[in-house]
Parts: sequence; structure tokens; C-alpha cells
Amino acid sequence: MRYLPLSDADRSEMLRVIGAGSIDELFRDVPEEARLKGPIHGLPMHASEMAVERHMTALSRKNMVAGDVPFFLGCGAYKHHIPASADHIIQRGEFLTSYTPYQPEIAQGTLQMLFEFQTQVARLFGCEVANASMYDGSTAMWEAIQMAHRITRRKKSVISSGVHPHYVSVATTMAKFTEDALDTTLPELTATTDVERLVAKIDGETSAVVVQYPDILGRITDLAPIAEAAHAAGALLIAVVTEPVALGLIKSPGEMGADIVVGEGQSIGVGLQFGGPYCGLFACREKHVRQMPGRLAGETVDAEGKRGFVLTLSTREQHIRREKATSNICTSSVLCALAFTVHLTLLGEKGLRQLATLNHARACEAAERLAAIPGVELVNDSFFNEFTLKLPVEARPAVHALVERGILGGVSLGRLYPGAEKLQNGLVVAVTETATDEDIDALEAALKEVAR
Amino acid sequence: MTVNPSGWRPSTPATAQGETQTVTGNRALMLEESLIFEIGTTEQTGVDFAEAPKKATRLNGLERNREIGLPGLSEPETVRHYTRLSRQNYAIDLGLFPLGSCTMKHNPRLNEKVARMPGFADAHPLQPQETVQGALQVINELAFWLLDLTGMHGVAMSPKAGAHGELCGLLCIRAALEARGDKREVVLVPESAHGTNPATAAFAGYRVENIPANAAGRVDLEALKARLGPDVAAVMITNPNTCGLFEPDMKAISDAVHAAGAFVYCDGANFNAIVGRVRPGDLGVDAMHINLHKTFSTPHGGGGPGSGPVVLSEALSPYGPLPFVAKMPDGSFKLVEEENAGDEHPDAFGRMVAFHGQMGMFTRALAYILSHGADGLKQVAEDAVLNANYILRSLSDVLEAPFANSGPCMHEAIFSDRGFADDVSTLDLAKALIDEGFHPMTMYFPLVVHGAMLVEPTETESKASLDQFIAAVRSIAERAKAGDPSLKAAPIYAPRRRLDETLAARKPVLTFREPEAAQAAE
Repeated sequence: MRYLPLSDADRSEMLRVIGAGSIDELFRDVPEEARLKGPIHGLPMHASEMAVERHMTALSRKNMVAGDVPFFLGCGAYKHHIPASADHIIQRGEFLTSYTPYQPEIAQGTLQMLFEFQTQVARLFGCEVANASMYDGSTAMWEAIQMAHRITRRKKSVISSGVHPHYVSVATTMAKFTEDALDTTLPELTATTDVERLVAKIDGETSAVVVQYPDILGRITDLAPIAEAAHAAGALLIAVVTEPVALGLIKSPGEMGADIVVGEGQSIGVGLQFGGPYCGLFACREKHVRQMPGRLAGETVDAEGKRGFVLTLSTREQHIRREKATSNICTSSVLCALAFTVHLTLLGEKGLRQLATLNHARACEAAERLAAIPGVELVNDSFFNEFTLKLPVEARPAVHALVERGILGGVSLGRLYPGAEKLQNGLVVAVTETATDEDIDALEAALKEVAR
Repeated sequence: MTVNPSGWRPSTPATAQGETQTVTGNRALMLEESLIFEIGTTEQTGVDFAEAPKKATRLNGLERNREIGLPGLSEPETVRHYTRLSRQNYAIDLGLFPLGSCTMKHNPRLNEKVARMPGFADAHPLQPQETVQGALQVINELAFWLLDLTGMHGVAMSPKAGAHGELCGLLCIRAALEARGDKREVVLVPESAHGTNPATAAFAGYRVENIPANAAGRVDLEALKARLGPDVAAVMITNPNTCGLFEPDMKAISDAVHAAGAFVYCDGANFNAIVGRVRPGDLGVDAMHINLHKTFSTPHGGGGPGSGPVVLSEALSPYGPLPFVAKMPDGSFKLVEEENAGDEHPDAFGRMVAFHGQMGMFTRALAYILSHGADGLKQVAEDAVLNANYILRSLSDVLEAPFANSGPCMHEAIFSDRGFADDVSTLDLAKALIDEGFHPMTMYFPLVVHGAMLVEPTETESKASLDQFIAAVRSIAERAKAGDPSLKAAPIYAPRRRLDETLAARKPVLTFREPEAAQAAE
């Protein structure tokens, strides 16, 4: 077996040193009846690298590849070009095969990278501090709600209808068990979001208001009035960013008064990967840092006075504080954070702005052309690289009809909000720098056939 | 799983003899590297873009009007920056990485190649199901083999890591209890458990109570039985446990827990010791997470991403979260999620994550399982246990092994600091191991052993590698017993000497600030 270095001679010699007659003796604490007699039933015997690769290739080929077709899906996962050097760096064994940097003297590579990542995320979100990553955006949002509850000592949150329904679903699942009150509602196919509802719902028991920016339908809302209303009632504003590329062009949530900003880092460096692993981003005000979940890298000096980095403030964490920890999170998404930080370093401020400008320009052009199709309406007044169309027909079957024409044309709101009748004609279309003129032509032509 | 105790201050620096300072601060291949904020500028970039057409924007008047402060680097500078940083990391690729409970085994490169196949890496999670049949088949096949290997009834694939899997398992338990109108408040956790266990139980809304270990390092069955009652929802057991020992009373524990109307949660972090040889389902387990990044060797990546599927007993399976993948009679695969779950899975407690879980880890884990096969996985468990026992026997004359008299260990060997000179600690031994070219073992965990050192070599180490490690530990252990003061100065040869963790926590600097800004904040 190619992954196992011990030879039979090694095994015999080692058993002799141990003083055991057989391997089975080493398993003697396992009750006899629980020990399997031979190799487990069902699973085939070991296979060559070539055979496994062949099997996996066959499975891979059964999928329609985003990069092979005109592609317009978004809703929390975005297709952007990833520079070759970013994927090269995350495959360096010193990053790929290292552990959480608990021994800082021999983990400065990961620690410095995380310190840089934290700084980039904090600046991008307009916050003072950021942590070293969470599982993904959806779990980061629930952690933010919990963190707000610890800070305000209140248990009621108002969630905007524009928050990704999977994110809301995660929070609803958890709130059932923690007995937090979440005020949620479905979105409407209108140009503006539910700012008035949010502001009206805030009262003296509200812990946090949660808003997505840009929202699930692609709309961009000024967060400042919501922040103001929340703060006046002693509540916090949590902003959720599922497309951080947008922040190359629009104001950061922190700048508009958000207290905690969480997000999904997938669109920078990580790739689609059929939904995971992704990279949860988490930033907040410095005064709240001790209530923050997750790992933090911090600067310090070594015994010779040289600058170095360590994991710090770990008295918040489960391995020290156990049941009193701010979160149960242990493993996070460090390798994805590395992909994010490498890509963002390659971009820099200038590149991010160019990338964002290009995305917005492509989306504006596509929106204009698709909205000109008879019967198709553009729901949004504002958007970044993603907008919602109201079709004259149900969007779910339309999406399948587009697939028959070789196009991945968007996400139907029927899939995200099953049973919500008023949303069934909604199609969310994302247009990034990867969409060519030909791709947009193809979608326009196909939608003309399908949307009638 | 290593814990650095706080309160430590750097000792007097000891400079190696004959060392001279270089102009650059570099020492041959040991290269210092500045922060991107010190070497990049906001005008530099390593990516070329086509000019965007000039168009009116539709941004609701929210255009950014101030600089973010993100430095950019050209591609050569970027590659060099991260390559230099990478060289300051220890890694499995460089040597034995014996972190107990963390299972740092070789990461096969085939699995990296497989995860990057375009059908997996470049597929969107919300693509119509007819366009992702291969991806769904991967999830279904992996789920099938996980059930085969554990002897369980159902599996929730979406949890993102071990602790998230624990949460999933406890939520299933809570949902099952509530479905029978039984609201219980307490979760029992052994003292030796991973910190995630009590943290997860609290996160799921339970009160945590400890159960003691007996002198043999196992759960005290009688104490457990005495505490069981109508308020106990679940018992969380790690098996093999964090002392590296199998719980021989596991079946009796399960029977007692079930008789009291509660459920057994098994922390599967150490499943690698028994994979292919023992099925947790045969021991009465109701829920167990599987760290794909441990047992099935998906790379740890410096702290994630992981993946924590949870296998469930028949009693808990109906409550598992959405989504999941079902195989249809016609051989196609169906993702059961909100839009189609209603009739088929009415008791699902909801969603734990956006989308469907860690696909990139599923492909790697499936390739790992198929590569090893039934015979290879059994050999994995056997070699992991053999390697650990070899270390246990080869060191137990120089380090105290608190449970060595009670028999062999499983996949990891535990030692204490008993016998060290007064002013020498486990930390000192660990730091001295760094100078010998090894990553230290897990220190000060589990808490039930004084100055614990938990050594997990894994099955992917050769005998020669183990022998070299054993020789290094033996030598340092002798110095520790003799009270060699030079241990306090270790490590000497690492990219950094001991770092001041107290300073980092007392005056946290968590982001880079330009020197002027940092000064103003002082």
C-alpha cells in the first residue's frame, strides 16, 4: 500500500520491542465481539493511483463545468478568475500540510499570513479588527448574532428580508435551540429593501439588526440610517457581505456604522467548489474584540526582541475556556484564508478597484440588454454585479430550459424560496469579469425563447 | 490541540557561539520577510485587466470615496513573499508531526489533483441538479462508505468541521428528545474531553457537567451510572479517548445511557485508531462526527478547512439537517433541500450551513478511502496503533507513562512531566524538540495528566523516522531530568526564539497600523 511505509519486517521487529505477540494483542481493550474478523465487508480492496484517478475523473465529467458554458450564477458564490500563482502558493506543503500554529516559533509563515489577512479584511470591511477566519459566511452570521447578544445582553434580532435565505435558515435552526428571537420575513420583488420595516421593528429589546449588502436580490442600500436607528435603541448593526469584490467600488459597511461585519470570502481566491470549503470573514470594533469568536493572530516579540506573531486572546476559546468559550469553533478555514489573502495581495487596491469596475460594467450592460426583452423586467434600481429579473414565466423551469440550451443562466428564486408564490418569477443573474460578450449574447438570445 | 500556558516571560537570550550579525538580518536560507503593508503600495498590482467601458454606475450613490489601504504586489513579489513565509513553517512534508489528537498524517497528492478536477472545483452549488450529478454522486458514495465503516444508519454530510459536527449531533439529539416531549437540560462530558465538547454542549443550549475518570484513564462507569437521570440528554464520550486508550466499557456505557433515556454522542476525532477494525455502531453509539481532515487525511492547511460529517443511529437519523443526497431508483442522485424536503424528511431540524458542505474535502476523502480500500484502512489503524505503542515502549523508561501498566495504547501515547527537575517543564521539552527538527507533541492536554505530552505518530511514519524521534526525545528527557538550564533557551535554531505570548494578550496588536497611526494610538 503506497501510503504505508512499514514493511512486514519492521512490524515484526516493532512488536518484539513492544513485547506483543501480534497486532491483535494491541487491540485487546476492544471487546472481542466488536472486533471485525477481517477487512470490512462491502468496501473494495486497495486501488492504484491510476484506478482511483480514473473513477474520480469519470464522476467529474458528469458535471457541467462553470467555465465551459455561459455562466451567470451567484447568490452567495461567485465565479471570478483566480490567478495561477494563488493556487500554486496554497499547494506549498509548508502551508498545506501544517497544523494550527500552536508552536509559533515554527509557524511564523501561517501566523504572519493570518495577521496580514486580518488587516486586509478589517480594512476592506471598514472595521478595526478581524479574526483569522470562520467556516463560511452563513455560520459567521450566526456567530455575529450570538456575539451581539453577549454584548447587549438581549436576545432579539431583526433580520432583513434581503439576507441570503440559507444564512437565515442557519440562524433559524440555531435560534430554535438557543431560544433567541429572530424576526424574519420574505423579500419582495421591489427596487428597494425593507429599511422601513427594520427601523420600525427596532425596540429596547433588540440586540441586533442584520442586513446583507449588496442583498440577495443584488440591491445596494445605504446602511447609515439603519445603523443610526439601531444605535439609538442600544442595538448593534450586523452587516453581511457575500460578494466582497463589491467593496472595491462601494462604501464599506463599517464606514456606514456597522458594528460587526461578516462575510463570505469565497469570491476572492477560493473558487466555486460546489459550495465548500469557503472562507468566513469576521470583523468588528476593537472594543468588542474579547467577545469575538474564532482565532486571532497578534503581533509580539521573541526573546531576542525580533517581531513575531502568535495566536492570542485565546482565553475566549474552547480549548482554554471550555463551556464558557465565546464559540465552540476550533478548526477554521486557514488555507482558504491564504487563498483569499494571496489573491487580494495580487490585486491590491488598484486591481480590486479595476476588478470591481469591470464587474459592474459587465453587469450594467447585461441588465440593460436582458431588461429589454419583451415581458422581462429589471427589479433593481441599484446593483453591483448581480441583479434580479422578473420573468413573464416561472423562473425554475426557465432555468432548466436554459440548461437545455447549454447555458447556466441564473438562480431561480423558486429554488431559494420554495412555496413563496410572489417570488416564483424571479431570476437572479450574476455577471462577473468572466462573462464574455458572446456569453451575454447567448443568454439574451436564449432568454428571448424561454421567457414567453 | 496544544495549549501554551500563559504567564510565561521570555528568558535571557542566549546567542549561539560564533554567530555574527548580517546586514540584512537574513541567515543564508533563513530569510526574513516584511509585511505586505511594508513592501506593497496601493498602486502596484499583480493582475492585468482589460479597460472597463465607461458607463453610468448604478450603485445608489454609495461609491467608495476613500482609499481602503490594500497594498498590492507584482506576481514575482507575491510569489516570493509567500514562498519565504512558507519556509518559516513546520509541516508534515518536512518531518514527523506528532501532535496528539490532531492526526497529522501524510496528505496524498492524488487527492489534491482530484479536488481540482473542473467538474468539482468549478461547479456552482446552486447549479440545477441535472448538471451536477457527478458531484452529488461523490457525496452519496462517500456517505455510503462512511456508513459502511461505522455501522451506522444515516449520515449528515454538511457540517464544516469536527466541532460543527458535534453541534449537529447534539442538535439531532435535542430534536429527537423534543419530538417525544422530553426536555432535558444536562450533557455529561468526561474531564479528559476535547474543549470543543463542553463548548458545543453550551452552544446548543445545554448545561455541562463533568464525569470523572478512573485510575486507568477511562470513564468511571459507576460514577456515570450514578449521575444518569431524567435530566440528562446525552453523554459525550471520546473513544478511543484523549489519553489514547480504548474505553473497554463502551457497550455498557451505551446500555446504561439508553436505559436512562439519553443518547450517546461519540467524539470521532480518534476514529483513525479503529477505522476498518471496529464499527462504532456495534458499540451503541447514537451520533459520531468524523473529522475527514484527520482519519481521511484531507490536509489541515494550517488550521482548516476541515469537514465533520456526522453518522447517526436509526433513532436520530430522521432529525438530521438539510440538505442531503438521495439515490433514486433510476440511478440518478437527488439533492434533498428546502424545495423538495417537505414530504420526505418532515423532521429535519433545518440547515446548518449555506449550500451542501465541504465538497473539496469530500472528493479528497473519497479518493483516500478508495485508494486504501478495506484492507488498506484496516492496515492504517493497525500501523497507527503499532507506531504509537512502539513509541510508548521506547520512551517509558525515560518519561513517565501514567497508563502504560494498564496495557497497550491505541493510536497515541501519553506521558507526564513527573521526574523532570523542578524548574523544567513540558514546554521546555517541547521547545527543545523544535531544535531537533521535530514539531512538538500536544502539550498540557488532556488536563487529567500532569504536564501531559500526547504523542500521535500516525501510520505514515517509517520505523527510521520513529527511531530518530525516539532518540531525540530520550536525549531531551535526560536533560529535563538533570535540570539542564539550556532547555529554557530553546528553541535556538528556529526562525524565532520563544515568543512573548503575555505581551501579545496584554496589549493586543491584531492588525497592521502604519507607524504614524500606531504611534498616535500609543
